[in-house]
Amino acid sequence: MATDVITLDHGSGGKLSHQLIAGTVAPLFDNPILSRLDDGAVFAVDGARLAFSTDTFVVDPIFFPGGNIGDLAINGTVNDLAMCGAEPLYLSLGLIIEEGFPFGDLKRVLQSMRDAADAAGVGIVTGDTKVVPKGAADKLFINTSGIGRIRKGVNVSAHRAAVGDPIILSGSMADHGMAVLTQREGLAFETDLVSDTASLNGMVEQMLAVCPDIHTLRDPTRGGVGSTLNEIAAAARIGIRIYEDRLPVKKAVAGVCELLGFDPLYVANEGKLLAFVPEDQVQAVLETMRSHPRGKEAAVIGQAVSDHPGRVVMETPIGGTRIVDMLAGEQLPRIC
Amino acid sequence: MTGNPDATDFRDPQLARRILARIHEVSQTPIRLMEVCGTHTMSIFRSGIRSLVPETVSLLSGPGCPVCVTDQGEIDAFVQLAQNEDVIVATFGDLIRVPGSDSSLQKERASGRDIRIVYSTLDALDIARKTPEKQVVFLGIGFETTAPTVAASILAADAMGLKNYAVLSAHKRVVPALFALMETPGVCIDGFILPGHVSVIIGADAYRPLFDRFQIPCALAGFEPVDILSAVRLLAECIESGAPQLANAYGRAVTAEGNPKALAVMDQVFQTEDAAWRGLGIIPESGLAIRPEFGRFNARNVFSLNIPDTPPPKGCICGDILRGVKTPPECALFGTRCTPISPVGPCMVSSEGTCAAYYRYQLS
Ligand code: SF4
Repeated sequence: MATDVITLDHGSGGKLSHQLIAGTVAPLFDNPILSRLDDGAVFAVDGARLAFSTDTFVVDPIFFPGGNIGDLAINGTVNDLAMCGAEPLYLSLGLIIEEGFPFGDLKRVLQSMRDAADAAGVGIVTGDTKVVPKGAADKLFINTSGIGRIRKGVNVSAHRAAVGDPIILSGSMADHGMAVLTQREGLAFETDLVSDTASLNGMVEQMLAVCPDIHTLRDPTRGGVGSTLNEIAAAARIGIRIYEDRLPVKKAVAGVCELLGFDPLYVANEGKLLAFVPEDQVQAVLETMRSHPRGKEAAVIGQAVSDHPGRVVMETPIGGTRIVDMLAGEQLPRIC
Repeated sequence: MTGNPDATDFRDPQLARRILARIHEVSQTPIRLMEVCGTHTMSIFRSGIRSLVPETVSLLSGPGCPVCVTDQGEIDAFVQLAQNEDVIVATFGDLIRVPGSDSSLQKERASGRDIRIVYSTLDALDIARKTPEKQVVFLGIGFETTAPTVAASILAADAMGLKNYAVLSAHKRVVPALFALMETPGVCIDGFILPGHVSVIIGADAYRPLFDRFQIPCALAGFEPVDILSAVRLLAECIESGAPQLANAYGRAVTAEGNPKALAVMDQVFQTEDAAWRGLGIIPESGLAIRPEFGRFNARNVFSLNIPDTPPPKGCICGDILRGVKTPPECALFGTRCTPISPVGPCMVSSEGTCAAYYRYQLS
């Protein structure tokens, strides 16, 4: 079947998103910085190494338990920079507002952006606002871009994940995606799920302080832990083996996932990270993470292996094995 | 989907390992067991059961994935309906990507048609209430698991006086399909792992005629690895001892007579009709049509739809796969022209489809 229009699958964070970017966007702008396809671009200016990243937020609904589109937009870009091993410095802010959007809501969103920026220690230093006619956008879309500085000796990239690296996940999966989904109009049940949206740069800084040689950091947002691990396996040409009984999922989240037929491995997170670290330093990193509020439940969920390069394989609790593929279809549109 | 407080016992890995050891001990002759239900298929793949059972045990997936058994003509009818500008189509997410003969619901949605993914018929009723200027059509697919809730939505719409809600019913019944399967030449099945959810509704006794007629070992099973392994063990024991049984290994949820309330609602709204199944052809009394009394909620009447008789996609062997005659890797298109991103047949689209399960989970 020929796919000749953009469908929501292209925005899922899974295979089609990947194909769209790697097949259509990246080749056109081809350059060595872009082609690494990490969470942000890394380059040197006058000897200083900088990370530069951008992200656009279209989450629906705008307000959800645990946050709103505003703090999500700050945390998203802050985290993308942190995943490059950078200390986030400055952010820009672009607003696309639909005509008729309540002023009070805008103020609330902006206030939480301010709070999130303060919490992450970044400044919003430039911005732009556009208002479009009713129907030309849905309520409010936000773009944030940011730059950060990378310390000497730090070199974090998906390409550096190496055979033998233990893989750490900083906490429970699927909190954000399921919290947003259960708020959507039309979902006829109430739950008390809360998004995990949070900035991770503080914890990353401490992690890099104990282990500057961390190989890979990624925040498993759209497409979830499953898709992110696949991206890393492909970029680093390694195999990945994870253990299902080590994957943390909150009970309530697991329940809703099961009810609605979602696999937590593919549901978005907004305040979690995956780290590939040198084997001899895993304990130090793990302890640092666990002593930080964002990483209390950090756990080693698997390791990089030489078998099945490019593939993620999971061992199930009963001892069976199966592939964890990249998300193929649309799991949840407009989740971030 | 257990929501069952003691379900954790049924996830106990130690228990699973013990049952596995027993299966290895009993199973001598090669046996072909069919899991009828798509949810079983997924659980089997996701828990890696296929990598753990002895070589003598082959697990085949049957006609139990609702999207997969939906006839090509019906898929085309869904798309036709979506092309009508006065209609909002409400559907479960799985149908959205199934390729019709020349479009899909997903493509229609991308080109501006109003197609909404819902998680229950309540959501569909809600949409109808909120948009009185449009006709809302719910695409009713699935077995006796979903049929009662769809029937209930029609009763609710009737009670609310909703004039803009209709259902396009392509609902199917499991037992007639198993009869048809057993009578199909070339099909070779030594035992059935019978569905859990469906059986909660129809009850264990519903399979009695099938068992009496074919004397084929049957085990009703829940969805946790332990449930499925218990069923495999039971079937292996039956087959080895030459004493077929109709066993209920899901007693915590399934009774002999089923759920009388759900059955009554279903019976009030639906009547059986001959229905076309992908891969199995027309099976007598295997479909659920909306009774004439509720004709105004029947999308077939409301839109005078005629469901085209379209052949399945070229090269796709979904039909053979649904009969357990072939496995996905035997399809020339599997993994090459047909992948979950650009699926050729429904078995690659549905989250419960056998081809999707092989592609996603099976380590070759
Ligand atoms: S692999 Fe694709 S084409 Fe082949 S049987 Fe499965 S769905 Fe049909």
